Amino acid sequence: MSQIKEAILETNRQGHKAFIPYIMAGDGGLEKLKPTILKLQELGVTAIEVGIPFTDPVADGPTIEEAGVRALANGTTLRKVLETLAGFAHEIKIPLIAMTYLNPVLAYGIGQFAKDAHKAGIRGVIIPDMPLEESDLVHPALKAAGIDLVQLVSLTSTPERIEKLTKASEGFIYAVTVNGITGARSSFEGDLESHFKKIQSYTDTPVLAGFGISTPEHVKQFGSFTSGVIVGSKIVDSLAKGDWDAIENLVKASKTVPLA
Amino acid sequence: MSQTLIKNGYYGNYGGSFVPDEVQKVLDRIAEEFAKVKDDPDFNNELNYYLKEYAGRETPLYFARNLTEKLGGAKIYLKREDLNHTGSHKLNNVLGQILLAKRMGAKRIIAETGAGQHGVATATAAAMFGMECTIYMGAKDTKRQALNVFRMELLGAKVVAVDKGNGLLKEAVDEAFMDLVKNHDNTFYLLGSAVGPTPYPEIVEHFQSVISRESRAQHLEKEGKLPTAVIAAVGGGSNAAGAFAHYINDENVRLIGVEPAGAATITKGKPGVLHGFKSYVLQDEEGNLLETDCIAAGLDYPGVGPLHAYLHESGRGEYVTVTNDEVLDAFQVLSRTEGIIPALESSHAVAYALKFAPTLSPEDTIIVNISGRGDKDVQQVFELLKNK
Repeated sequence: MSQIKEAILETNRQGHKAFIPYIMAGDGGLEKLKPTILKLQELGVTAIEVGIPFTDPVADGPTIEEAGVRALANGTTLRKVLETLAGFAHEIKIPLIAMTYLNPVLAYGIGQFAKDAHKAGIRGVIIPDMPLEESDLVHPALKAAGIDLVQLVSLTSTPERIEKLTKASEGFIYAVTVNGITGARSSFEGDLESHFKKIQSYTDTPVLAGFGISTPEHVKQFGSFTSGVIVGSKIVDSLAKGDWDAIENLVKASKTVPLA
Repeated sequence: MSQTLIKNGYYGNYGGSFVPDEVQKVLDRIAEEFAKVKDDPDFNNELNYYLKEYAGRETPLYFARNLTEKLGGAKIYLKREDLNHTGSHKLNNVLGQILLAKRMGAKRIIAETGAGQHGVATATAAAMFGMECTIYMGAKDTKRQALNVFRMELLGAKVVAVDKGNGLLKEAVDEAFMDLVKNHDNTFYLLGSAVGPTPYPEIVEHFQSVISRESRAQHLEKEGKLPTAVIAAVGGGSNAAGAFAHYINDENVRLIGVEPAGAATITKGKPGVLHGFKSYVLQDEEGNLLETDCIAAGLDYPGVGPLHAYLHESGRGEYVTVTNDEVLDAFQVLSRTEGIIPALESSHAVAYALKFAPTLSPEDTIIVNISGRGDKDVQQVFELLKNK
């Protein structure tokens, strides 16, 4: 079974919601990657989404885009990120998920990328600018290397589209809670609970909520009707400020959600 | 006609759509509506009315006698897109897309702009059609092009300075797509160049193809034959797409795209995915975009329309480069010999023609696409020459 799926289900079996923080590799220097990942692991996160900086990040909101600009400015590249991760992969016990745009992967060469990524502890990949219809470009190589291709599912899509993406997604379903891009938001619209339950009814792969989750209350709110949450901008922001208390509070919230 | 070139959103291996799902469903609606209108006689009658009465088409195919005599060699014709209303070819596409927007029931038009030419053309048409208009422009560009910001505001548009990333064209494009995703119920995104996810490259090429529809008929009338070559500047590639479109099946007509040496996407780039489509991209080994350096803001782009990637790879098109110095020289040569001040973008095509025409014989003819007028560039050229 997918290691990511197994990690999420195991967390749920222990009575907790999955918590996946997003970090931008190279923000603050690549030397921070190891201590950051090991500390998050120690806090008990389920998996970690590792962002690869790119010059043209169309799906990123301002917080993550700026972190990407900082990371690029200090020379971070996909190759260096994979090398750095491979250097301490034996210490990483939880699955890593790379979030990268398509062009850096194509430039790297998809076959080589899949091999090097697996060595670096990466067990899943999210490519926000690659539609399902084009996934033949990367899917065979990822599959051969044992890496999941995670699909982003927008709640505003048609029911047919949601069903198709949900069934194609590996590891987990990354359900996008709001229109548009990543970033912290103060409130959410619509009847989300029934929406998430509908998505979960298509598959036994766990559904996680992401985009715009930034407070312990959000974590509890979304955790109450999903298998877990992904928190991006708020983590990136807190890491940049060195505010580990804020991160710890978010992780803790995922462990106090009452079971549905 | 070139429509036969595109299949499932691809020109050969290039084009397609690499966007998040929520953008795709809006694009699908636009593609569906465009397919309905492009051969619809009522739609085309209305478009032709505005092209004639508002834009001032058709534009002349002018025989540049002085330049021809000065250079010796091929007869040089200039396709005068600079005489279009707002001073460039941009309005051709804007009028087509705004009529498409009206058909789709849009009340609001949004667009991106780099130097401001497309923004001005869009604001102009939106004013005339009485539609609300928002133009996204990189914060840095709004400072460099303050006069064009005022021009757009004068025309009633709201200009939003996008202050994220590098504050340039690509951030403006991203912001416009975000707006489209949020407001597609009443909003149409009027994209200005022959780039972006399908169906935009096809739409822009279609509405710009009026350039070659006219020039082909005009040249046949004046010379009784087709030209030896058509030359156009290529950045994103919209004016070249329009200048080439009706000649693509005329295999004896050479199609020559001229790129700036400092932003030579086809000549120096390699295939990749950028801004939602697959094409040639100026990138480093890691797949990150390279900075460009070109004196014409309108060509300062690290990607190129998928039509050009296809024409290059199939061998149907020839892509060459000229340097900033050659462009500056061409800007002055055309001004002095013909009394026509070309845009710095168009001066790239002129610069290549200055080298190319003398290599041909007097029986040959070439068409140089003068995509826009150079008034906007006079200040910049003044500074450049002063510091030389």
